[in-house]
Amino acid sequence: MTTVDETIQDAAPESNQELKSIANQDYKYGFITEIETDTVPPGLTEDTVRLISSKKNEPEWMLEWRLKAFRHWETLLEKEQLPDWAHIKYPPINFQDIIYYSAPKQKEQLASLDEVDPEVLSTFEKLGIPLEEQKRLAGVAVDAVFDSVSVATTFKEKLAELGIIFSSFSEAIQDHPELVRKYLGSVVPYTDNFYAALNAAVFSDGSFCYIPKGVRCPMELTTYFRINTENSGQFERTLIVADESSYVSYLEGCSAPIRDTNQLHAAVVELVAMDDAEIKYSTIQNWYPGDEKGNGGIYNFVTKRGKCLGARSKISWTQVETGSAITWKYPSVLLQGDDSIGEFYSVALVKGRQQADTGSKMTHIGKRTKSTIIAKGVSAGEAENTYRGLVRVNPGADDAWNFTQCDSLLIGDKCGAHTTPYVEVKNKSAHLEHEAFTSRVSEDQLFYCNSRGISVEKAHSMIINGFCEEVFKKLPFEFAVEATRLLELNLEGTVG
Amino acid sequence: MTTTSPLDTYLTDFADAARDYHAARAGRDPEWIADIRAEALDSFRELGLPTARRGNEEYKYTDIRPLVRQGFSPLLITDRNSAVAAPDLDLDQLRIGPAEWHRVVIVDGRFAPELSAPDGLPDGIAIGSLAEGVHSDGDAVRAHLARLADYTEHGFTALNTALAAEGALVLIPRMTAIDQPIQVVYISTERTQGAASMPRTLVVAGEDSSAAIVETHVSTADDAHLTNAVTEIVVGAGSNISYCKIQQESEATYNVSTTLVEVNENANFRSMAIDIGGRLTRNNLTIIMAGEGGNSDVRGAYVITRDQHVDNQVIVDHVVGHNDMNEIYKGILDGHARSVFHGSIIVRPNAAKVNAMQVDKNLLLSNDAEADTKPAFWIYCDDVRCGHGAACGNLDEDAMFYLRSRGIEEEEARMMLIRAFVSEVVDAIQEPSIHDHVAALIATKLDNL
Repeated sequence: MTTVDETIQDAAPESNQELKSIANQDYKYGFITEIETDTVPPGLTEDTVRLISSKKNEPEWMLEWRLKAFRHWETLLEKEQLPDWAHIKYPPINFQDIIYYSAPKQKEQLASLDEVDPEVLSTFEKLGIPLEEQKRLAGVAVDAVFDSVSVATTFKEKLAELGIIFSSFSEAIQDHPELVRKYLGSVVPYTDNFYAALNAAVFSDGSFCYIPKGVRCPMELTTYFRINTENSGQFERTLIVADESSYVSYLEGCSAPIRDTNQLHAAVVELVAMDDAEIKYSTIQNWYPGDEKGNGGIYNFVTKRGKCLGARSKISWTQVETGSAITWKYPSVLLQGDDSIGEFYSVALVKGRQQADTGSKMTHIGKRTKSTIIAKGVSAGEAENTYRGLVRVNPGADDAWNFTQCDSLLIGDKCGAHTTPYVEVKNKSAHLEHEAFTSRVSEDQLFYCNSRGISVEKAHSMIINGFCEEVFKKLPFEFAVEATRLLELNLEGTVG
Repeated sequence: MTTTSPLDTYLTDFADAARDYHAARAGRDPEWIADIRAEALDSFRELGLPTARRGNEEYKYTDIRPLVRQGFSPLLITDRNSAVAAPDLDLDQLRIGPAEWHRVVIVDGRFAPELSAPDGLPDGIAIGSLAEGVHSDGDAVRAHLARLADYTEHGFTALNTALAAEGALVLIPRMTAIDQPIQVVYISTERTQGAASMPRTLVVAGEDSSAAIVETHVSTADDAHLTNAVTEIVVGAGSNISYCKIQQESEATYNVSTTLVEVNENANFRSMAIDIGGRLTRNNLTIIMAGEGGNSDVRGAYVITRDQHVDNQVIVDHVVGHNDMNEIYKGILDGHARSVFHGSIIVRPNAAKVNAMQVDKNLLLSNDAEADTKPAFWIYCDDVRCGHGAACGNLDEDAMFYLRSRGIEEEEARMMLIRAFVSEVVDAIQEPSIHDHVAALIATKLDNL
């Protein structure tokens, strides 16, 4: 046996060297686009909120709502009621140093992609999402958000034929005020938490989607977010409403350029599903995580929640989180309609000095509601990964059912993996099961791979991909490929 | 008009009482214990009790404000030799366990030698009054008292440390084995109505020793009182110690019990928490795996009904590696009862080769009952195997059907399944006399649901 051990140990330093060189390579998606932007000075006052609202030509009710949110946020800030319960560490944020509005300057309304700023287009190309390619080949409608304003929307007409509304949030406020007004804040009210209040006050843009009764959206709807202007926090707001018996699958993917100063991202996503409707929401998050000493990187403080309002409705969240210096997000489902279903599938990979505190909240309100949580955490380097979840069964939720599994893998002895699930049961007919397991990559599995000529690094990659497979297979096909690749890329340099 | 509620005044009330107590004991107790009491009082003044509702994660599901609002006044015994007529107590009626057990009994905060039975122990074993032990076994007590129970961070521990007047001391020398369990009994009678007592227990088990310890909290009347207990247990290297804490006080009482255990290398420690009594019971159990090769088996069973509230906070802290830990808590809830389980497994950096498993299961028999559970991990080392599970539900319908199809009456079938549910925990008790005692207490409680 000693010879085998020696072989592995001998192999390790060599692959270490190789891995280190890969680990030291620059963040692949880090570059800054030089384009003119329409930016307001840093700082947040009531005037900032009014300015944002007026720049966007918003109706009075929208401004009122923003102002209410702003005042609430101010009281929270005064009372220092910032969320401090997560297992993350960061210096206090000075909210007056942040630029709350920044938009690419548009000369006039654009009729086609040809008129889009060529700099912007080439940025998307570097990211691997050439709009025209997408338009022609993928059959995916892209609402590309560049900093805070939509610059191009495709497939809109095609979707319009089916009565599907898919537009930027600003456009939706102008074109469909009745829908926006009805559902805005109905799932995540501005009083929900500190960052939800901040977002409600200053959100610049985002996506709006409405699927009419009985319509099955024929394509995956996609939005790419990108943070660009230095010091500008990006405050996106997404609202998706699926009317009775409709179906929609929505993809969200991100990448951001290298910056030294931390950038705050406080988005809000609201989903509403009516009777028999289904919403599938998938995310790949790969923002700049900061350098190896933990400088820079995105603070990703997001509130995502879906409401299964109708009977037999279903909301499914799938996320692959590999980026950001700090991830703070808990995609949740309020299971209000009888027989509704909530799902959460997550892979969170952290390395270097990254910190992730993520999980899900399932609130069972209706009868015979079901929820599933599958969360896989991988920690490497000096990173900290926390699963935090809540499953709550209200008194009226007869025969509720939940299964939760949250597993963690540790790579290296300096990282941390933590699990803090909360279970609250107020109904005797509830059936809940929770399982969690934490360990490192099994030596037996590694040995098996090594003995068959598979390198330490490749073996880790294989084993970890297998560990995450349950989640990956829930992703839409094109995302699943990207997720596997992303995981491999992120693992490079962490193993050895 | 301004009114002062006990929520505003409890701090000064308790602090004033502690100051008076310290003044009364000045010069009569060793200086080192006076210093600890003074420091604990300072801490208590700073910390108060954890009444905050916002950001108070440790008391998220247990609101202790009702406890504070009761305005309990500390039960002060400044002179333990002063003559107070011992209450007429029939221990058999209290159902505290077999008469053969070696027993230390404390009634209303006073050591009761006439009820205690510390005799028949092997040489070198000392059990008895902690207040006496401070004088007679000064060095051993000084080395361990208030060492594990950190009074600088926890309000209840600070309060106990500042005010504790009497308690039990169990000293087991190395290489000593005891056949019968040692029991520490804290009895509250009607004389303690509206009072707060501060029982303090210190158990020091030497290397390679073996013993079973039972700590029982019992009351004779249905009056409300507060028991704020602190127990410190040092499990010596290579020893084999079991500890069973039974809360069987009346359903009007408030009980906060803080237990700290240090498990040294190659030691085997078994813990059992039985909660059937009390209006509000909060158990803070912290087990520190301080030496390699240690093994802990941590179990608990609670059977509660009406307005009972039981909160078990269990922290197992693996300071070093090469340790095994298995933890299982099970609860049966009826009426408006509420249970809280918050387990934390901590694996410190470099504490490699830790195997830890943690499970909490609840059986809800009523729609008005509530179970809140939070099995958590805090892992800072990669070479570990840690798992946890939680489950909550009603009786298995298939199992019921199976029993019914064999002609067993519904009620009997139901009771069989309920008893089987809790027996997974109780049947792990290795000492037959403790097992039978606990099983009988739980059976009685189940009959009275």
